[in-house]
This record gives sequence, structure tokens and C-alpha cells, in this order.
Amino acid sequence: MNHVFYLSSAIALLGAALAMACRNAFHALLYVVVSLLAVAGIFFSLGADFAAALEIIVYAGAIIVLFIFVVMMLNLGQRAVNREDDILTPTMWIGPGVLALALFAELVVILIRGAGGSTTGIGVGPKDVSLALFGPFVIGVELASFLLLAGLVGAVYLGSGARSTGGER
Amino acid sequence: MTAEVLLEHGLVVASALFATGLIGVLVRRNLLFQLLAIEIMLNAAGMAFVIAGARWGEADGQVFFIFILVMAAAEVAVGLALLLRLSHRFRGLDGDSVSVMRG
Amino acid sequence: MIDVCRSLPIWLIPALPAAGFVVLALVGARFPRRWVAIVGAGSVGAAAAATLCTAIGFLGRPPETGVIEERLWSWIDVGSFEIGFNLAVDALSLVMIFVVTFVGFLIHVYSTEYMADDSAYSRFFACMNLFVAFMLMLVLADSLFLLYLGWEGVGLCSYLLIGFWYSDPANGAAARKAFIVTRVGDTAFAIALLLLYKHAGTLDIQAAMAWAADNWAVGSGIAVAVALLLLGGAVGKSAQLPLQVWLPDAMAGPTPVSALIHAATMVTAGVYLIARTHVVFELAPTAMTTVAAVGAATLLLAGCSALVQTDIKRVLAYSTISQIGYMFLGLGVGAWSAAVFHLMTHAFFKALLFLGAGAVIISLHHEQDIFKMGGLRRRLPGVFWTFLIGSASLAALPLVTAGFYSKDLILWAAWSSDSGSPWLWAAGAGGALLTAVYAFRLVFIVFFGDERGHVERRPGLLILVPLTVLAVLSVVGGFVETPSALGHVSFFFDLLDPVLPPAHATVAGHGTEVLLQTVVAAITLLGVGLAFFLYVRRPAIPAAVKASPLGAWLCGLWLSGWGFDTLYDRIFVRPFVAVAGLLRADPLDEISSSVARVIAAGNSALSRTQDGRVRTYAFGIGLGAVIAVAVVVLT
Repeated sequence: MNHVFYLSSAIALLGAALAMACRNAFHALLYVVVSLLAVAGIFFSLGADFAAALEIIVYAGAIIVLFIFVVMMLNLGQRAVNREDDILTPTMWIGPGVLALALFAELVVILIRGAGGSTTGIGVGPKDVSLALFGPFVIGVELASFLLLAGLVGAVYLGSGARSTGGER
Repeated sequence: MTAEVLLEHGLVVASALFATGLIGVLVRRNLLFQLLAIEIMLNAAGMAFVIAGARWGEADGQVFFIFILVMAAAEVAVGLALLLRLSHRFRGLDGDSVSVMRG
Repeated sequence: MIDVCRSLPIWLIPALPAAGFVVLALVGARFPRRWVAIVGAGSVGAAAAATLCTAIGFLGRPPETGVIEERLWSWIDVGSFEIGFNLAVDALSLVMIFVVTFVGFLIHVYSTEYMADDSAYSRFFACMNLFVAFMLMLVLADSLFLLYLGWEGVGLCSYLLIGFWYSDPANGAAARKAFIVTRVGDTAFAIALLLLYKHAGTLDIQAAMAWAADNWAVGSGIAVAVALLLLGGAVGKSAQLPLQVWLPDAMAGPTPVSALIHAATMVTAGVYLIARTHVVFELAPTAMTTVAAVGAATLLLAGCSALVQTDIKRVLAYSTISQIGYMFLGLGVGAWSAAVFHLMTHAFFKALLFLGAGAVIISLHHEQDIFKMGGLRRRLPGVFWTFLIGSASLAALPLVTAGFYSKDLILWAAWSSDSGSPWLWAAGAGGALLTAVYAFRLVFIVFFGDERGHVERRPGLLILVPLTVLAVLSVVGGFVETPSALGHVSFFFDLLDPVLPPAHATVAGHGTEVLLQTVVAAITLLGVGLAFFLYVRRPAIPAAVKASPLGAWLCGLWLSGWGFDTLYDRIFVRPFVAVAGLLRADPLDEISSSVARVIAAGNSALSRTQDGRVRTYAFGIGLGAVIAVAVVVLT
């Protein structure tokens, strides 16, 4: 299964990189879906079945679908792609690239120095996760539900734009 | 039947994903792409938790992955609603044009 | 009768004017003028009646200790420091409250007509009542601390009333000058109080004086220091050298104010203070000599200045300074009672002169230049006769005036007392000549000669009655104490005897006394005659003297009060203004304001990084993360 892990990792990184470089929003979303599915593959290979399922259902399913809806609502076409070409000059990559590489290099240095060890190879199934979630972490679950509620209210308020009064005009 | 990879490898992959997302946030001026990049970064963070959980064979890593997932979902809901409003107001998705609050 | 009088509480005396002040200050502006006059003059009149009652009680059945004390309440009580709000009446305070309330009452009555046209009628009477209340507090206080309260209170009222017509900036400046110059003396006074408290451990006058007499040797340094500091306070309040500069300018206030505060009562508070603390002064011969020297110098300098003034009120102001100089001379030679006697007679005739001058001024529609007056004898006969009596008393015309008896006692003490000397006597006698000349110069210029001013209105009864009463007092006020050659009435000295010891005389000689009296009387008559000759017979002579170079120079010098204003302006005011100009930009604040400036610069620099772009902020966060992790990596 180690091959699965490394293959999925490569796909995930490639998908993410292509998504970041892509001009067309729709294509980028598809690349991200691929990347997320690859991450789900990683989770599978590590025996985190529950996390892998959530990755597919929530990330690749719900969240990305939300993005797709928005892209459709905005009706971005070739014009938006051309616009992206205008504002995305090659020199812009230098600064962020250097910064991100520096961060990555630092993280790698820390990781190599670290304690290390390898994954156990023992799967952690939904039962264990559920026991942990509703056992010691039940407060976290409650807080998460608050957060979702707040997100819901905020999204509904912001989404009902026609009624707003502040600063629109 | 599960993989037994070095912890460092898994975390390096997560770091690389994170760095990719960071580049995206910094380079893209399109707000939609920036949100997408943030999703990738969050995903990378969650992935680090899952890998670390797998290292010890504990469920805690996945629990925190779920929390991150929840947060990402809430963030995306609000973020996309904001994005819609901004695109109405500024006739586009250029993040740099939304700079009324400059000092 | 006497028992009833003895049972009258003393606190009523200051409380009545204070109540008048409260009423007038709170609701006086809404009162009709008649009510204001009734409250303003009535409260002081009631205080005068209470004083009379207290005096009957005091004289009818004198207290064994010589003091009627009245403990009201504890004012300050902190640890061992306790100041009571207590009043005490002894013979000295009795004389003072008599002067303050009776002369004050007459001046209030006079003011009801004098100020009748003023728009701030109730404010005037409120301030006057407050003044009387504070002045009574000053003289009735049984502790120096309470005395200081009254002392500062009368200073405040003096300020308020000098600047009464505050819309003219010159009046405000005069008020500030009076306040600030007296503040110099007050500071010395406060230090004296602190020193006394540090050593004696009490500020109760009787206890502190008794303690000083028991514990300080004659001529000891601390006694001299305290006495000199007290003298500093007295000099400031009583406008003596070198702090006399404020009094002439204080004439900017209404004339009744000049009469009450700047002639009869407040300015004599310094004399009262020294008489009250005479025990300390007796322990400090150096300070006594200084007092006498200050008095002698002041009376001569101010007398010269009075000779050449053209403003009727300024003549009287310099005359006041000069007469208080006499009192200081008396105090300096140990003739405490004589000084207080002169204080009383001076209060009568100087208040009379100011009120008479006020009547002239208002008749001529606020004209104060004596050379624009003249021939008023026929137009204002009532004012003329009373003014003449006042001038005669001021000039100490022999035998018939109060001023003669009091001044004579001071001069005799200056000659005969232990600490006296012929020089001090000569100064006083020279001052007597000056006094006679300037007093009758005023009379002759204002009331004789050609009519120059136009009399707009004649003074009414409310002005003439106080003038008449004061004129009578200016004559008969002296008969309570006459020298041995002239009946030897000694009612006044007997009264004061328990409080103020008699002067120690060494060269006592009956013949000398009579001789000196005759000499001084001759000098006075000579002065009157000189004034008559110069200002009635040959007015050309003073004009010619004034025209000559030396005469013009002297005249200018005296007119400006010996140039003290210029001198103080050079050595105090200008350096102060220069330093203030330097400090105006707050150089020391640069230290703190530079911090603010650095922060402001940092703010503008950092706010430039805030360009409103999300990407920039994200970049900042990323950079911060890189640096933070780098710290972890590299360490």
C-alpha cells in the first residue's frame, strides 16, 4: 500500500499546483477535485477510512460543488480567462514562490530533525473516531455546531444582498 | 494491508500542499482562486493531523480533521457569500480592487 | 444690660456681613436696588450694633484674663495638628472691630448713593460685605492660622474690588498687581507661621506668644527670622517699602473701596499683625529697628510722592502709605498703643478724605485730576468743610484734630523710647511738614481759586451724613488719649494696656516732651502756611520749580513713586517675561513630545504598508510565519 500513498501524494501535489496555475476557474476546480480525491486516497492508504470518506463527501462533494455553483452564478467565461492572463504576469510568481519555498524548506528541516518513526499500519475505523468525537471531544463537537450555525446565518445574511442598506450604492 | 510510511514523508507531502496553497493565495488576485487556495491549505493542515494520528494509531487525528473540515465548510459558505457581494459591487473578482480600507 | 451684652455671641459680628454676602451673591442680582442697599449696608450696620454691644459688655465687666474667647468648632484636626475655629476679643481686637464695623458701615451707607448708577450694584455690595466679614475674621481670630484665612480673604476682596470695573484692562492689571505684590508678603507671612508652628507647636496666638516669650532669648536668630518674616507679610499688606507699589494703582477701584480697603482697614492689617505678635518683635531688636527704618523711609518717600501727584485719589493713596509709615515707625520703637491709636484716627480721617474726594469726583462727573477742579468751596460747602477737617486731621493741626494727638505720641516715642533715636524723630518731623504741605495743597487746589470744573450734581444726604459723622470722629477721636501737658486723658492706653505694653522710655522728660510737641506743631503750621503761600498766593512758584530741569526731574521721579515700578519691571517682570518667553515653547516637553513624534512617524510609515490589499496582508502573515519558524530552526 506504500505505493498507493506515494502515488496519491504525487497526484495531490500535481493537482494542487495545476489548480493554482490555471486560468480558467472551472478547470482549476476540477484540478482541486482531483487533488482532494488523491488526498482521500492517501487517507485510505493510511487506514483512516472515515476521514477519507468525509474528504470525498464534504470536500470534493459539498464544498467544491458550492464553488461550482458560484462560478456558474458569476457566469465567468472567456473574458474572465483573458482578464486572468492580464493580471497574472510571470514575475508575480517570484516573491510568493521564494516565500513558500522558504517555509517549505524550514518545515522539512524541522521534520527531518524530529522524532520520526513510521505509521503503525493499523487502521483507525469510524467506530474509534466516533467514540473519540462523542467522548472526550464532545465539547468540540458542540463548538463546531455553533460555528456552522454562525456560518449559516452569515451566509444567509450576506446572500440576501437586495435587502441590504449599508454601503452598497 | 495499510501502508507503513515514514511519518516525515507524510508530513512533507502535507507541507508541500500547504506551500502550494500559500503560493496560490499570494499570487492570484482573483478572489475565487484565493478561496480555493485557502481550501488547499486547510486541507493540508487536516492531512497533517490524519497522518500524525495514523503514526500513533489514535483516533484524535481524525477528530481534528473533522473539526477542520467543519471550519472549512463554514468559511467557504461565508467566503463565497462575501465573494458574490463583492463581485456585484466591484464588477469583478479582482481582490486588489477591494482596497478601500487602505491606511 | 451688661449681662445681656456679654451673652451676645461674638460670631454674630463676622457672620452678619457674611450672611449679607451670601444673600447678595446668590439672589442680589434679582433684588431691586433698594433691597440691595438695605441688605448690604444693613448687615454691616447690624455688625456695628453687635460690636457696640460687645464693647459695652467688655468695658462694663472686663474679663479677668483680658480676653473673651469663643470656641466655635474644630476646623482642622489631623493627628496632633489641631486648628480650632475660635474667636477672641481683647482690647486690641475691640478697637479693630470698632473701626472696621463703624467706618465700614458709614462707607456702606455712602456707597448706596455713590454707586447708585452702577449696573453691578449687588456685586459691589456682595464684595464689600465679604470684605468686612473677612476683615472681622482677621481681627477676631484667636489663632494665626485663622488670621491668615482672613488675611487672604481680604486680599481676595481687594482684588475683586480693585478690578470691579473689569471691562477696562488697566483696572484688571491694577488688581493683578495688587494681588501679586501682596502675595510676596503673604508668602513671607506663611513661612513665618510654619516656622512658629515648627518651634512652638501651636498657632494659637496667646499660647504661641507665651511660648516664644519663655523659650526664645532676646535677639536669638530664630526670633529675628520669624519677626522679619512677619514684617514681610505686614509690609506687603500695608504697602510699605519695598512692596508699596501696588497701592497707588489700587485706586482703580471705586472710591468707597479705596476708602474702606485701601485706607481705613485692610492696609492697616499689617500694623495689627505686628501689634498682635509684638512679643516676637520685642525678642528681636534687629527686627524692631528694621520696622522703624521701613516706616521712616516709607513715610518720607511716600510723602514726597504725594506732593506732586495730580490725581486726587493718588495723592490720598501716597498719603495713606506715608501715614502707615508713621504707624510702622511707632511699632518699630515699641509704641504699640500709639501705633494702634494712629491706626484708628487715620481710619477716621482717611476714610473721610476718600469719601470727600469721591463726592468731588462724582460731582464733577468722574473727574480725578485736581488741576481740573478748583473753587469748589462755594459749590460743595458740605464736602468742603468736612474735607477741610479731614485734611487738618491728616496734617495733624495742633490741639483740635485727632491726627495731632496720635501722631504726636508716635513722634514722642520715636524720640524717647529705648529703640528710638533723634534720627527717627527727625524723619517723622520732616514727614509732618510734607504731610501738611500736600494735605493743604489738595485743599487749596481743589476748593479754592477759580472754578474750573462744572458741578453736575450735588451730593445727597446719604453722602453728607457719613462725611459729617467721620468729620466729627476725626476731631473728637483724638480726645480719648491726650499728652500729659494737655489734660492727660489716657482712656485709650489704659484700655490697651493689658494687651500692649507701654513703650519703654529712657530720656523721659516733661520739658522735652512739651518742647518737641511745640516744634512739631510749629512745623505743621509752617507746612500749612507754605501750602497757602505756594498754591494760593504765588501759584507761579511751583510752576517755575516744575519748569526748571532739576525740578522737572524730581517731579517726574516723585510722580512715578521714586521709579520703583520701573525698577521692579527691570529686575523682576522683564526677566520673568523673558524666561516665560523661553519656556513658552516647552523645551522640557520636547523629551516627551519627541516620543510622540517618533510614534507618529512610525504610524505614518506603518500605515503606508496598509494598502488595503488582502494579498499584501497574507504576504505579511506568511513572512511572519517564515521568520517565526526560522527562529525555531536556527536555534
